[in-house]
Formats: sequence, C-alpha cells, structure tokens
Amino acid sequence: MKVIINGSTHELAADASVGDAVRLVTTSASGIAAAVNGEVLRRACWDTTPVADGDQVEVISASQGG
Amino acid sequence: MDDPFVIAGEAMGSRLIMGTGGAPSLDVLDRALAASGTELTTVAMRRVDPAAAGSVLEVIAARGIRVLPNTAGCFTAAEAVRTARLAREALGTDWVKLEVIADERTLLPDPVELLDAADLLVADGFTVLPYTSDDPVLARRLEQAGCAAVMPLGAPIGSGLGIRNPHNIELIVEAATVPVVLDAGIGTASDATIAMELGCDGVLLATSVTRARDPELMAEAMRAAVTAGRLAFLAGRVPRRRYATASSPPLAG
Repeated sequence: MKVIINGSTHELAADASVGDAVRLVTTSASGIAAAVNGEVLRRACWDTTPVADGDQVEVISASQGG
Repeated sequence: MDDPFVIAGEAMGSRLIMGTGGAPSLDVLDRALAASGTELTTVAMRRVDPAAAGSVLEVIAARGIRVLPNTAGCFTAAEAVRTARLAREALGTDWVKLEVIADERTLLPDPVELLDAADLLVADGFTVLPYTSDDPVLARRLEQAGCAAVMPLGAPIGSGLGIRNPHNIELIVEAATVPVVLDAGIGTASDATIAMELGCDGVLLATSVTRARDPELMAEAMRAAVTAGRLAFLAGRVPRRRYATASSPPLAG
C-alpha cells in the first residue's frame, strides 16, 4: 500500500504500523512526534496502530527556530 | 543580587530567552547560547530531515538549558494547537511559545487566531507563552485566557528595528500580573536594555545574536544589556528635567 510520509509517497507492507512508517524517515529514538491524518499519536501507540493505504503521516522533530 | 525570573512557578537566573533560529552552524549556536547565559531557548517543530548532521536538541541539552518549542509558521489556531501537541509529545514539555502569524511579509501575529489558540491550549493543560502584538488590550485578553506570560513584539520578527512603541510596552507592563517578555525586534544591546528599563521581566531574541557578525560576542553583549536594564529599572531612573541640576555644590561665596 502507499503511505505519504512527510509529503513523499512510500510503499509499505499491508500490515505496516505507524512505527514502521516513522522508522522509514528517521532512526532517532527521542525528540520525535508523529501525526496521522492530522491527529497526533502518542509514541506508545505507534507500533500497535496500523496505517492504511493513502494515510498521511507527519514525522516531526525540533529544529533551529524562534 | 537574587532576582529570579519566574514563569509559571519556575525560577530562572537569566532574564534573557534566546531563540536558536538563524545561527550559521550548531557550533556557533552552542557558543552563543553559552555566552548568553540563557536558561530557556526556543526551537521550531519541523519535518525530520534524514540528512541533518547533529541535533539542536543535543546542543541545548548538553548546556542544561530548558527547551521552549514554538509554533512558528502556523497561520491558524488549529495548526498552532496541532504543532503544540506534536511538540509536547516530541519534547516532553507542556510549555509552548505560541505564534500564530497573519502573513509571511510582516510575520505579525493574527490576534483573532492567537486568542483562539491560547484558549484551546490553556484548556488542554499547556503553559502558554504567546508572541503578541504590542496591543495592551490583546495582552490583557491573553492574560485573562490563562497565559503564563505575554510576549509583545518591539518590532517585526527579524527586523532589528528595536522598540517602535515604548509607550504601549509600558502600558502592557503596568497592567500585567504575569511576566512580560519583549519578544522580537531587538537589533542591538541597547534595545534589550530599553526593554528592561521599561519594566519588562525578560527579553526574547534570536536574530540579533545569531546573525550578528560575531554571534558569541553579541550574546555576551545581550547578557550584559539585559542585566544592566534590569538593574536600572530596579534602581529607578532620575526624573527628566528641562534644565540643569548641578551635581557639584556651589562655590563658597
């Protein structure tokens, strides 16, 4: 299935989780947050929450600013 | 002199809040943060960059500085609330510098969206530090909404124009019962001093340090400027007079 992660389309296995999607774009273990279709998802739920075809996943971290 | 800067019950020794935006490298940022003496520094929340070398969070953490995520780049209350929630999840802090801007050209706050976002975030348990215009009425409304501080601009973000309306800043300071932090517009050290002399509790700046020719040296200047302004405010300036007042006793007849 196709999942859009940070604006780019990625091919994921049919049983992929949000955690799988996050790990495609970062190896960081901390300082990361994820939202699926605009809803912020707690880290504890990443690996137990499936992603669906067409989902938009945003993976964000802190950068210089402000 | 023991004069802690207290926001939401948290005491800090420095009244200078430094932003991390605009530094040419993490190494320069690191040295500027250290020279500034800041104990609270802002970061933006952005998509992860797989190619990024080093992490601003590691630099901040290594200095023992508290991190203050912002909602820079948000144009609506809904975007700002989502960004604040992402920041809370990513960084484990419920403090947020709330920024809701109206347009890219001025980066001025959108007062309607800002107040909406403040209401929503306070209700969600956040400690909200809003970047606001220098409007005393909006500052009051933000305080009434439960914000932990109000942070009026001196001039547009990154403009370095200083404090364009000191009278409004004084009005905000007079009325506020939460800390007032002069945020945005600082160009050089004297601007920071003036903010503190006007009675602001703190100053938030980034560009004036990070884009200075020598960021580390300017950070040191800002540290001294904020301290000088605070001390002068507490000491109480002499009244302005139209004519001279001799500072030496008259010559004996």
